[in-house]
Amino acid sequence: MTATKYIGKSIKRVEDKRFITGKANYTDDIVLPGMTYGAFVRSPYANAKVKKVDISKAKVMPGVIAIYTGADVAAVNGVPCGWQVNFKNGATMKEPKHPLLVADRTKHVGDPVAFVIAESRAEAKDAAEAVTVDFEKLSCVTDPAEAVKPGAPLVHDDVPNNICFDWELGNPKSEVDAAMSKASHVTTLEFTNQRLVPNAMEPRSYIGSYDPINDKYTLYTSTQNPHLIRLLMCAFVLGLPEHKVRVVGPDVGGGFGSKIYHYTEEALVTWCSNKIGRPIKWTAERTESFLLDAHGRDHRTKAEMGFDKDGKIVALRVKTHANLGAYLSTFASCVPTYLHGTLLQGLYTTPKINVDVTGVFTHTNAVDAYRGAGRPEATYILERLLDLGALEMGKDPAELRQMNFIPPFDGVKQPGYQTQVALQYDSGNYEGVLKKGLEAFNYKDFRKRQKEAAKSGKILGVGISTYIEACGIAPSAVVGSLGARAGLYEVGQVRVQPTGKVSVYTGSHSHGQGHETTFSQLVADRLGIAMEDVEIIHGDSESVAFGMGTYGSRSLAVGGSAIVKSIDKIIEKGKKIAAHKLEASADDIDFADGRFTIKGTSKSLGFGDIALTAYVPHVYPKDLEPGLDFSSFYDPANFTYPFGCHIAEVEIDTETGKVTLRRFVAVDDVGTVINPMIVEGQIHGGVAQGVGQALFEGTIYDEEGNLTNPSFMDYCMPRADDLPMFETGSQVTPCPHNPIGAKGAGEAGCIGSTPAVVNAVIDALWSAGKKVKDIHMPLTPERVWSALQ
Amino acid sequence: MKINVKVNGTAHSHDVEPRTLLVHYLRDTLRLTGTHVGCDTSGCGACTIHLDGKAVKSCTLLAVQADGCEVTTIEGLATNGNLHPLQEGFHQEHGLQCGFCTPGMIMTAADLLKHNPKPSEAEIRHALEGNICRCTGYHNIVKSIQYASEKM
Ligand code: FES
Ligand code: FES
Repeated sequence: MTATKYIGKSIKRVEDKRFITGKANYTDDIVLPGMTYGAFVRSPYANAKVKKVDISKAKVMPGVIAIYTGADVAAVNGVPCGWQVNFKNGATMKEPKHPLLVADRTKHVGDPVAFVIAESRAEAKDAAEAVTVDFEKLSCVTDPAEAVKPGAPLVHDDVPNNICFDWELGNPKSEVDAAMSKASHVTTLEFTNQRLVPNAMEPRSYIGSYDPINDKYTLYTSTQNPHLIRLLMCAFVLGLPEHKVRVVGPDVGGGFGSKIYHYTEEALVTWCSNKIGRPIKWTAERTESFLLDAHGRDHRTKAEMGFDKDGKIVALRVKTHANLGAYLSTFASCVPTYLHGTLLQGLYTTPKINVDVTGVFTHTNAVDAYRGAGRPEATYILERLLDLGALEMGKDPAELRQMNFIPPFDGVKQPGYQTQVALQYDSGNYEGVLKKGLEAFNYKDFRKRQKEAAKSGKILGVGISTYIEACGIAPSAVVGSLGARAGLYEVGQVRVQPTGKVSVYTGSHSHGQGHETTFSQLVADRLGIAMEDVEIIHGDSESVAFGMGTYGSRSLAVGGSAIVKSIDKIIEKGKKIAAHKLEASADDIDFADGRFTIKGTSKSLGFGDIALTAYVPHVYPKDLEPGLDFSSFYDPANFTYPFGCHIAEVEIDTETGKVTLRRFVAVDDVGTVINPMIVEGQIHGGVAQGVGQALFEGTIYDEEGNLTNPSFMDYCMPRADDLPMFETGSQVTPCPHNPIGAKGAGEAGCIGSTPAVVNAVIDALWSAGKKVKDIHMPLTPERVWSALQ
Repeated sequence: MKINVKVNGTAHSHDVEPRTLLVHYLRDTLRLTGTHVGCDTSGCGACTIHLDGKAVKSCTLLAVQADGCEVTTIEGLATNGNLHPLQEGFHQEHGLQCGFCTPGMIMTAADLLKHNPKPSEAEIRHALEGNICRCTGYHNIVKSIQYASEKM
């Protein structure tokens, strides 16, 4: 390699210009010739028989081109689930069909019954309103703990007790029970990790288009993973040949998980575009986003942590009912299992852990991965139990963590850490981030400040959360053995143009992460060229060979590593070309700072010379192909394990119960950092979402299965004046098993922050003599005020 | 109905359906797609533009209400190819990630700085009350606006 000119620097983003000038290209900005518009007729009931759909009036309305109902797509497959989880007894999870349009019985409010296509958006909506549906309303269930009880209304007639799967991981229950019974103190929490709406600011939008001359489909989609959508839609839903389907994910306005999944609307606009012979656009209205974008979290959990008399954790027992919604979304089954149960070791040496999860269908919208996906739920359990345990035992929460930490290990000299819950951590220095966090926060003076403040009637609290997560998903063989129905490698192609300029094609997809900058920094430094000479291309199945996309904080660790693999091949080939031209042996050629040099001499050739020679191969090794263009698949050796320490300080208004987040310190170790500015931005955004869960956000379903807060007026999102400036710090423990050393930063903020904030509120309440164990999230003024009484 | 509007300095005259929202007129008829639609309840601010120099949510107005008015959208903010200090600020301070909220944020901030050229952090945060960003946690948006305020 080369001296680093770009890596580690806060280079301003190269993609910014189109966004700040209004020239970005989101799916809804695209207009195709002859384009039509779609609108849905959706069920107002959570559970209802569809007795009759009458489209006669709507069909003859102005501009209407076609109307499709459940009966029309009855022969088309439903959208699939990408991860198979088995029951404890080995049986396969229940996987009911998720149809593109419902023909017989709707299963949640918003389930689509008909799709209207018209010349304009307004005409499509008018006609959709004119479709009359005769529903027979049936009773429903929305709470997963209720849904498993005998006699609860069934979501799917062939799924007894609404149980999709039951699942267990860790040490045998008997061993955990035995260890727990010897504990000198057991901290217990029973709580709901509430359901959240991801709310990417760009509503989902799709355009399906069919070209009959070439028998070719194009789908423009606001997705995090265009190739994955193509694979799922072609192979599982529509049965189309992949080489005849192009999927483009243009600029995408945020995802946070909600744009991973293959949604029914994607397949439907594609299918219908063939039927009507014209392109069709459908863009969700925000109400539809609230009702239908896959939601996150929604666990009912009982968790117990046993401590010995010194405070050492001796056992952890977790029982969770995970609400999956009415249908299985693409990764719904792995979130509460393999992305949740596997993280319950946390940063601690807990010797006995058992986690038991029941995945449950209810008459609600699907739940799937939302920023953090399973890991926030696991972290919430551990970090709440630790802080609460400290309060109950009269110990300091920082010291309690410190004494339970796994000691530092780099994964090279010291081996990785084998947890009780399947994973092997790659490298970690947990006490390091705690120490940095405490110093940055000035923790040692906090209790004094808290007492001082109390004198003037202010209630302050501090909350700590030291988290770990698993990113860089994942070794294909490992996830395959756990039920994944896809490989989880990534693809990176590096094409050196004859002039020495470089085009990079990545299967990762940027929807705010700044890949065009970070990947350019990486490539430019590795090749010793200027960043301006690198172009990053992503998001189009026609130009990028293949890809698995962006989620689980995997882009740099997996996608970046695939690019590095291709760069290595380019350098190796470049050495052969240089050796030939310089009349030396390839083994004697060094590559550094963009030059191929004969070792120990000043004889060298520049990167541009070699590129040109590769394409004008007049003086060229006999046995070497021309060209300088390599593609690589990188399948990671392990997950990566970022970790960190988040500390929140809150103040409670005693009169209203309103919680003010006064300070938030985040020290995150995400491995090697390419662009600190971008990483900090990711942490900020993640923390805001995590604080959102703690203080503001949460769906409210009524007994009829209606989402009663499906708008920004009713569902409280964090706004600018709800948050302070964040204080970020970092530590670098490189990932030992990928060539970059990066671990991933996209979700960290969201994982660590929620329990830190809730812990701070509980701490504040205890300092005021109110020894409450838990307040349901979100911690609204009303709930906090009640706790104060 | 016939309307005459001046958008980013150019006069336009169109027949529009009375129910057409201003944001749809800008996006669909004029193809100025920098103004975004993020919600259906006037709650997100992604559609913020300037109408006769004042920041408004273009999803709350009918196109016919803009008849005879001057509209500035994000596309019209740069002058003679020079970015507006706010555009520069958002770039310098990493005030955007996915960019979807960005045009609305910038238009709202431009109105703020017009009336209050040196706002405090609290005043900036208060002014952004009607604009949601899901990506940045607002930290760098606040800094971007402070940057512009210094520059202007
Ligand atoms: S689109 Fe206008 S406020 Fe949301
Ligand atoms: S940058 Fe994505 S919503 Fe603000």
